[in-house]
Amino acid sequence: MNAATRAPADGPVDVDRPAVEAVNVTKRYGSTVALDGAGIVVRAGETHALVGRNGAGKSTLVSILTGLQGPDSGSVRFDGRPAPPLSDRTAWRQRVACVYQKSTIIPELTVGENLFLNRHARGPGRLIRWAALRRDAARLLAEWSVDIDPSRPAAALTVEQRQFVEIARALSFGARFIILDEPTAQLDGTGINRLFERIRALRAQGVTFLFISHHLQEIYEICDRVTVFRDARHIVTAPVAELGRQAVVAAMTGEDVHLSEAARRTLPADAPVRVTVDALVTRTGAELSLVARAGEVIGIAGGGSSGKIEVAEAIAGLARPVSGTVAVDGRVLRPGSVPDALAAGIGLVPQDRNREGLVPQLSIAENVTMTVPERIGRRGVLSPGRRDAFARRTIADLAIKASGPDVPVGELSGGNQQKVVMGRALANDPKVLVLLTPTAGVDVRSKQTLLGVVQEVRRGGTTVLVVSDELDDLRICDRVLVMFRGRVVAEKAHGWSDNHLVAAMEGVDLDHV
Amino acid sequence: MSDTLSTGTAPASVTPSPAARRAPAIARLRDFALVPAIVAVAIVGFIVNPVFLSGDNLINVLQSMSEISIVVLAETIVLITGKMDLSLESTFGLAPGLAAWLIVDPAVTHGLGLHAVPQVWAVPLVLLTGAAVGAFNGLLIVRFKLNGFIVTLGILIVLRGLLTGISGGKTFFALPASMTYLGSAAWLGVPASVWICLLLFAVGIVVLGYTRPGRALYAIGGNADAARAAGIRTDRVLWLTLIVAGTLAALAGLLISGRLAAVPAAQGDGAIFQVFAAAVIGGVSLNGGKGTVFGAFTGVLLLFMIINVLTLAGVPAQWTNFLNGAVILVALVVSRVTGGKAQT
Repeated sequence: MNAATRAPADGPVDVDRPAVEAVNVTKRYGSTVALDGAGIVVRAGETHALVGRNGAGKSTLVSILTGLQGPDSGSVRFDGRPAPPLSDRTAWRQRVACVYQKSTIIPELTVGENLFLNRHARGPGRLIRWAALRRDAARLLAEWSVDIDPSRPAAALTVEQRQFVEIARALSFGARFIILDEPTAQLDGTGINRLFERIRALRAQGVTFLFISHHLQEIYEICDRVTVFRDARHIVTAPVAELGRQAVVAAMTGEDVHLSEAARRTLPADAPVRVTVDALVTRTGAELSLVARAGEVIGIAGGGSSGKIEVAEAIAGLARPVSGTVAVDGRVLRPGSVPDALAAGIGLVPQDRNREGLVPQLSIAENVTMTVPERIGRRGVLSPGRRDAFARRTIADLAIKASGPDVPVGELSGGNQQKVVMGRALANDPKVLVLLTPTAGVDVRSKQTLLGVVQEVRRGGTTVLVVSDELDDLRICDRVLVMFRGRVVAEKAHGWSDNHLVAAMEGVDLDHV
Repeated sequence: MSDTLSTGTAPASVTPSPAARRAPAIARLRDFALVPAIVAVAIVGFIVNPVFLSGDNLINVLQSMSEISIVVLAETIVLITGKMDLSLESTFGLAPGLAAWLIVDPAVTHGLGLHAVPQVWAVPLVLLTGAAVGAFNGLLIVRFKLNGFIVTLGILIVLRGLLTGISGGKTFFALPASMTYLGSAAWLGVPASVWICLLLFAVGIVVLGYTRPGRALYAIGGNADAARAAGIRTDRVLWLTLIVAGTLAALAGLLISGRLAAVPAAQGDGAIFQVFAAAVIGGVSLNGGKGTVFGAFTGVLLLFMIINVLTLAGVPAQWTNFLNGAVILVALVVSRVTGGKAQT
């Protein structure tokens, strides 16, 4: 996890032989220019990072590199030879594959059948030979040392196992160039580590990767070179060792931006106690007790099975705890009741905005005011005028990029969607703000805005709980509680070192080894 | 609710749990989930009336379900692709009705028919009508991307109205021999319709379990984009599925017309609800991608066995509808308890 200190995996990189090159590629959609004379060169055998803010043209480049779309002008070459025609899907599949965030695995079928979909092993009478298919699948998975039983239903796979299966499938078509589109967005720390081990192992076997991520530290950990796109153009390509984090961020945003180590402020000693969580036990057995004062920002860190999400959902009333109490300003909340938590002044940014955070078909205004109908109407009748005024304030406060309050949320970029979720959490002027992985899948600039909002609300006396395993999220906290297997194992005051915090999240105490 | 929120989104644990490793075995067993229920009903039936397990009665059960079960087979393959076809029940009535209208001599049936087409065309005409309905459904659903549920609901009403129109709301009878043969003949002492039903299910099991086009149905129902990415011609497969389903429904209608030697204007009216119920009881998901032909067969079998037991127990005919509904609900509960999976 620790950036820059670890060298990229070894393996042959052929400097002179590009596995893929896109030269002077332009792509327009109507009046929008998605790519403007952009290009990229990925050397055979390297792991190449592609970064850029939302809308920089990354997705368009991916769809052109995978042959889903043709460029308006410019050319794509694989191993020095021109790309096959768009209609020849088989030829494209032998050259390149992309593992998207959205799964292309069919959950109802087994792993083996997913690997050989529509090219099942067949015997006499063109009937499928399931035993042969399972053998082929087992051999393929073993060849790339993926330890998954091919007869398992794909629905039972974890996100990272699903990615391994997709990678193995791509390799089985003969492709040795694989695009990973934000592969870590849905993974926890240990999952990311396993994915990276896999990438290193495949790299040593000669597989070339194009790695797309919003997390710069990952790029420094796993990639050889980095290419930055901004506003549909290629900005820079350089070895990661020669391009510092600030330089990458500057190239992405076009200006000099400092990642928020924002102005810190010591908590007044007489700040009143705002939240008391007393011996909370969740249904999964995670435990938490804490006392937080007004204006305090507390991080709750931990890996995927640490129980941090469960305790936070119990505090916000989303899940009913087995025992224990949550009190805001001395008032004990009804367990497992979201309305009571809202009435007590708890605002929540849930973990997965697509599932629990937003209704994509509804407008920004409707999403933002969903939790506060009483503020925008009288006697049960909502006033569209007041609702839109409310939403316009949120759009301005959070710098949401949208043409107006009636834009459906589903049409916004990920970063702006997350701002809408944050706006909804702030709609009832919360006394307590609970943020679950608030910057997941969000670009650098939006991340800054979101974390800036935290600094602002704390000044107003709001207590903030940041539940995350992102170091950037946790850096703004006054103190961080680290959970491991359902228990708080460490408390780190502001100024912790990355190594110590990450080690604590993995259940290792570097202070007492 | 809250529980699923947490467990669903949190990344799963590192090592696959023993439960996950056992999953494939259970998945295979899910096919047989209804077998205990079927055995239980057989035992109850035997206690109620020992006649239940006699050979004649079992054949009677199979014959009574043979026509509807073919419609269930048709609906099953459509459901697995993630679509729905409500119009099958109207095809079930219209296909033989239209053939009768075109073929039967109006002098015999007091002016209902046309006598326009020679008799030899009867069976091909029935099947072609079914295929044409399926093709038209495909045109609207696959080609023009209309909502399948509403399209087939519209077709259901249109076709029912068409049958009522051409028949004047009356019953076609005096059908040609070629139309009554399959529904009334007996092969080796067992009604031909039972043989046909069993044969079609056997073919269905092989096609859906062991051929690429069959597996393509599951892939499309599970994730259409992924299926397309794997090189499956999803539109063509969907279209063919709807045509096959329409043809099967027409064949089923032919069998029942042959058994009754008549085509009433209301043939198949309301049957689609029983068809859906049987498919879902048999473990076919309304969301697509899940379910097997064998499972669907056990679903129909369970439904009709229960109905037969009730008949043997001397339940008055006026209560049949009430009990049909109750049986569907009970069978759903039974399959939920024995199958263990939420019915989605």
